Amino acid sequence: MSKSSSSDRELHWQKTKTLTMLTLIIWYFFSFEIHLWGEALNTASFPGAYFMAGQGSQVAFALLVFWFANRQDKLDQEYGVAE
Amino acid sequence: MLKLEGGFIQNLGRVYGLYTLGFLGFVILMAILEAVGVSNTIIGWLFVAFTVVIYALIGVLSRTMDSGQYYVAGREVPAVFNGMATAADWMSGASFIAMAGGIYLKGYPYMAFLVGWTGGYVLVASLIAPFLRKFGCYTVPDFIGTRYGGNLARLCAVIILVVASFTYVTAQITGTGIVASRALQIPFELGVWIGLAGILFCSMLGGMRAVTWTQVAQYIVLIIAYLIPAFWMSNKLGYGLIPHLSQFDAVSRVQELEALHGVKALMPTAEAQAEAGKLAALKVGINDASTTPMAKWKFFTLVLCMMTGTASLPHVLMRYFTTASVKAARQSVGYSLLFICLLYLTAPALATFTKLSLLDPNAATSIIGKSVAEVGNLEWIQKWSSVGFLKIVDSNGNGLVEINEFFMKGDIVVLATPEMAGLPYVISGLVAAGGLAAAMSTADGLLLAIANALSHDLYYKIIDPKADTKTRLIVARVLLIVVGAAGALVASMKLTSILGAVAWAFCFANSGLFFPLVLGVWWKRANRAGAVAGMIGGFLAGFLYLYQVQFNGMTPWMGIDGLRFGMIGMPVSLILMIVVSLMTEEPDAETQKMVEEIRVPGGKTVIQ
Repeated sequence: MSKSSSSDRELHWQKTKTLTMLTLIIWYFFSFEIHLWGEALNTASFPGAYFMAGQGSQVAFALLVFWFANRQDKLDQEYGVAE
Repeated sequence: MLKLEGGFIQNLGRVYGLYTLGFLGFVILMAILEAVGVSNTIIGWLFVAFTVVIYALIGVLSRTMDSGQYYVAGREVPAVFNGMATAADWMSGASFIAMAGGIYLKGYPYMAFLVGWTGGYVLVASLIAPFLRKFGCYTVPDFIGTRYGGNLARLCAVIILVVASFTYVTAQITGTGIVASRALQIPFELGVWIGLAGILFCSMLGGMRAVTWTQVAQYIVLIIAYLIPAFWMSNKLGYGLIPHLSQFDAVSRVQELEALHGVKALMPTAEAQAEAGKLAALKVGINDASTTPMAKWKFFTLVLCMMTGTASLPHVLMRYFTTASVKAARQSVGYSLLFICLLYLTAPALATFTKLSLLDPNAATSIIGKSVAEVGNLEWIQKWSSVGFLKIVDSNGNGLVEINEFFMKGDIVVLATPEMAGLPYVISGLVAAGGLAAAMSTADGLLLAIANALSHDLYYKIIDPKADTKTRLIVARVLLIVVGAAGALVASMKLTSILGAVAWAFCFANSGLFFPLVLGVWWKRANRAGAVAGMIGGFLAGFLYLYQVQFNGMTPWMGIDGLRFGMIGMPVSLILMIVVSLMTEEPDAETQKMVEEIRVPGGKTVIQ
């Protein structure tokens, strides 16, 4: 059992929820929102819709997961609940 | 390997580094054999035999009689290697063989799969996997059964898992059969059983431990097999050094060619289509983003179903039970996505360059617009026509191959690329080995998920809680063989096409399991009655809807077809779970404590 107090745990969970919400908002943007505007992304010089659906979103997701894992780990350490 | 157990984990980088070099050496050896005149048949055989023997060898060396090793690989798999294993577990025969072809034939709307099958990992990382790792379960139903309590909840989870995973595994065994039968030139039915034998060798003796280390080996083969032809083709045909970057210029060129050849204007005649059967002509533009609300809605719903399905498929989630810590589980999701992206980012490039090489009159490889006689003489056209993968029907009788007269199966975009671009046969052998690795690794993960749920949750937890470890592990292995044989039997009867069944598995999983899993972590108030109602209601609603649409001729509601029936199952599941939970008593203090405990990474696992 880690040495965290119950108020630490309470705060940790609050912050975890905030971080998760933020992650899901970014996720929503790259999963759905951006593709609703696919046509607007296409310009004469660059196939933006094709790029976002074929590459952009995937790269964004990978970066997002690493960023999230890093932030969550920092939170865990800050509140003494890390392994 | 067994004796070096302590050293094996520390030396993983070296072991797999040597393995990769060894494999590349083998490919070079095959190229030399080809150059000195060894026949294609023998090279195809060697590719399949060599790789399958290696996987089986790893499987046998990783044998174990310890339940922690058998079910969760001893919880010592480093994040990076678990990422590779997950990527192989995840990328099925369909991803490898059919995805680029799907993008080729169906254009922009099909890319919803690419978005859905990657974005789902954000849900896995943030909502589910780390918490299940902290929980310390062996299987996904183990979490449901312990969190909500009671055999009924556990049983519901087992049933949904079996239906979803079995739907998926038949497609994988089918894929294994297709590749084996083509590479070894044996009947499909025999290929299926040979494929199954290879799959069982990898998993039976060592369970999750063996599957983990074979999946890493399979990932290395499949990614090499996917990338080499793509890079080679891009360079040989002069499209650019790195296909991922040069594809964007190619898109506008393809759009010019679409106008030139009348894509979207020239549709196949009814007679020609009837003659071509299931093969398809190119009917859509390469970059026609959704403009109508309906098209946007279809893109949206497909992405959503594939994402939530990813986050509820047990063979994916259970890979994160094998990491050494909660932190490693989270990081491992990131690595999984990275390794998956290596292939997924290549698929559109492959589709686009194939399109360019078939359509561009300036390319030596082009066929559209040339004479039927000339095209019919090409070796790859003859070869793939003879096995029913493509067909030319000169419906207007003018002697030229036009866009609405060339019918193909999407799979040839990957399978025939090497021949189309005039690459040596060794590359075709490599692609066959890669397709086989992709289908086998996914089949392994799925079979193990099913057999583990049956042996651990149904047999050990429900039927005979006093069974000793040895009996449990023997039961687990017998079940693995039985389930595998059932899958091969269904596959050999050719009941579904590869991708239809794959998408169904995602919707079965999200209809029944997504909300019970997510709310089990995020909503303390969720209780047994709610979870059972959510699982049964969601799953049945989805199932009945699929039945009505697919087999009873019902018109889909708002474009929600058989690929998207999770859009029906999931809301039913969510509403039932919330309403029933609130109508019944809240979970006891012990359960609430357990939920609090899984929300922090530190401390002991909940199940010891």
